[in-house]
Amino acid sequence: MSAFVGKYADELIKTAKYIATPGKGILAADESTGTIGKRFASINVENIESNRQALRELLFTSPGTFPCLSGVILFEETLYQKTSEGKPFVDLLMENGVIPGIKVDKGVVDLAGTNGETTTQGLDSLGTRCQEYYKAGARFAKWRAVLKIGDTEPSELSIQENAKGLARYAIICQENGLVPIVEPEILTDGSHDIKQCAAVTETVLAAVYKALNEHHVLLEGTLLKPNMVTPGSDSPKVTPEVIADYTVTALRRTVPPAVPGIVFLSGGQSEEEATLNLNAMNKLDVLKPWTLTFSFGRALQQSTLKAWAGKTENVAKAQATFLTRCKANSDATLGKYTGGASGDSAASESLYVKGYKY
Amino acid sequence: MSCFTSKFADELIANAAYIGTPGKGILAADESTGTIGKRLASINVENVESNRRALRELLFTTPGALPCLSGVILFEETLYQKSSNGTPFVEILKSAGVLPGIKVDKGTVELAGTNGETTTQGLDGLGERCKKYYEAGARFAKWRAVLKIGQNEPSELAIHENAYGLARYAVICQENGLVPIVEPEILVDGSHDIHKCAAVTERVLAACYKALSDHHVLLEGTLLKPNMVTPGSESAKVAPEVIAEHTVRALQRTVPAAVPAIVFLSGGQSEEEATRNLNAMNQLKTKKPWFLSFSFGRALQQSTLKTWGGKEENVKKAQEAFLVRCKANSEATLGAYKGDAKLGEGAAESLHVKDYKY
Repeated sequence: MSAFVGKYADELIKTAKYIATPGKGILAADESTGTIGKRFASINVENIESNRQALRELLFTSPGTFPCLSGVILFEETLYQKTSEGKPFVDLLMENGVIPGIKVDKGVVDLAGTNGETTTQGLDSLGTRCQEYYKAGARFAKWRAVLKIGDTEPSELSIQENAKGLARYAIICQENGLVPIVEPEILTDGSHDIKQCAAVTETVLAAVYKALNEHHVLLEGTLLKPNMVTPGSDSPKVTPEVIADYTVTALRRTVPPAVPGIVFLSGGQSEEEATLNLNAMNKLDVLKPWTLTFSFGRALQQSTLKAWAGKTENVAKAQATFLTRCKANSDATLGKYTGGASGDSAASESLYVKGYKY
Repeated sequence: MSCFTSKFADELIANAAYIGTPGKGILAADESTGTIGKRLASINVENVESNRRALRELLFTTPGALPCLSGVILFEETLYQKSSNGTPFVEILKSAGVLPGIKVDKGTVELAGTNGETTTQGLDGLGERCKKYYEAGARFAKWRAVLKIGQNEPSELAIHENAYGLARYAVICQENGLVPIVEPEILVDGSHDIHKCAAVTERVLAACYKALSDHHVLLEGTLLKPNMVTPGSESAKVAPEVIAEHTVRALQRTVPAAVPAIVFLSGGQSEEEATRNLNAMNQLKTKKPWFLSFSFGRALQQSTLKTWGGKEENVKKAQEAFLVRCKANSEATLGAYKGDAKLGEGAAESLHVKDYKY
């Protein structure tokens, strides 16, 4: 094959397929210490380890949510944390059919000579780090590449650098037993229309899959985490059906059928928007050879965070809120979501932050 | 979209989808004057226009054959020929629901500095020629790129030149209303095993689809004509199921779902081999978002040619032989071929010619 088939091949294929199970999706809980600090600041909670542990325990012990999730992406600190009863988070998740994943990139740096475009770092000693994460119980990884749309962006340099970085990351993961989630996020920032987002998404994804092929990545043991195709943040909104049509068309034109699942990022979308869009995609009557599901961070946690506000007495309420979003998205992966999951205004709140730094 | 907006877009999409009708496939009857001369020589028939016309009339007027076909690829001369009662061939085909196609490449030339690798010519004035062919009734085109497997082949140069030649041809066709069949044939010549063929096929197809994306080709308005993935001609044969598995996997890893159909070339396979392999692919229980069919030349005509021998009195028998192969392949596109086609003379005969020049 042109794909590298190492000792982990069967396991990678099985894990990727499981994560893509219809009815399930991924909770992206891998906010770095800095990023979670911003979330905490918005609810007046101090950014200390015990609070970070408390939030994740709240999420991972929410009754009824496990069946909605096939995986959770963790930040390194969380991979080694435990519940207040002393059980490692990793064990808790695995026992309940939820696969632990790990964010392995080390953030973005500017590409000199470009108009604020970036590449992602984290390749140094990545193999060794993956081995450690595998030992700690992780079975998939995530690496976020970031591109933007502008007059002359994304540039060919930025597309090539990010695509090749993703490919190198992906093969190193597979050499060490982790299913790589390939995430080429094209930011929504801008006044472009949905057609331009579609064109850029197709161009970027074509480059990504060419790079994965060149690096001998086993596609059956990967997942894709793309942006949905939408108008820019400064442009008028369109309906979920329009977003679904452009998004699925772009994916049909670029993502080989060998990829078992596509797990969308939510970007700056509100919880409700993200769910409605995912639902519309799954209702679309067109052939889709990969499952379409979620890998949401903000769009799963926003109203939960607000309900919790760092207070123990709010935990049950917050967990109920989290369950609502989990169920809504689980339904959306089956095209069964009927809308209005919670009367909570937070669910409709846009989570868009201009020039968002993870 | 990243694809260009053609005024012919809807028509291209409809025609490409029609060619991919289950139960139908393509007859490749586009042998150039030189090539058909070799075929006629093998049955002791003089290579004159009337004989070339007579052969094609024999094929196109075979009772019951046209319903098995969605398209016929023609050589330029044939596009303008008529049956003996004065009906243009193009009319005969169209009124039977068979789309006329036209070979538009002008053969291969060697790439200097390589070990006998080639590129395909024919881009000069291609737009004008396509317009003319469209006016004459053609609705799809074909361009054959050729690669080979060797110690150092295919080289990156050969892959790149052929992929980008195909992409340029494809977009020019679409600008002028013709559905481009994209044919990156990897010759079967050699002693390599099936894994090597699979690896090369995946690499070549990945390059093709990157090139098509770069050139803004509308994938929904194209077809792919690849080789099946097989061992080299000098290697031990394998079962149709093995060929099916490796072939479909290679396609899953490289061909986007937006492509409506894949119409295999037969290379040097015998009529029966080609049919059995196609049948095995359609029986395979795995993801196949594109229709798998045939675009056979030799593998549809071999026994017909032998039976005809250029003699008027043999036409009926030759037509019966042709119908047998048409029906067998039609069934194979549905995975319903029982292997019981009455084998005409030479149906099991390998059609491999070392270093085959079209």
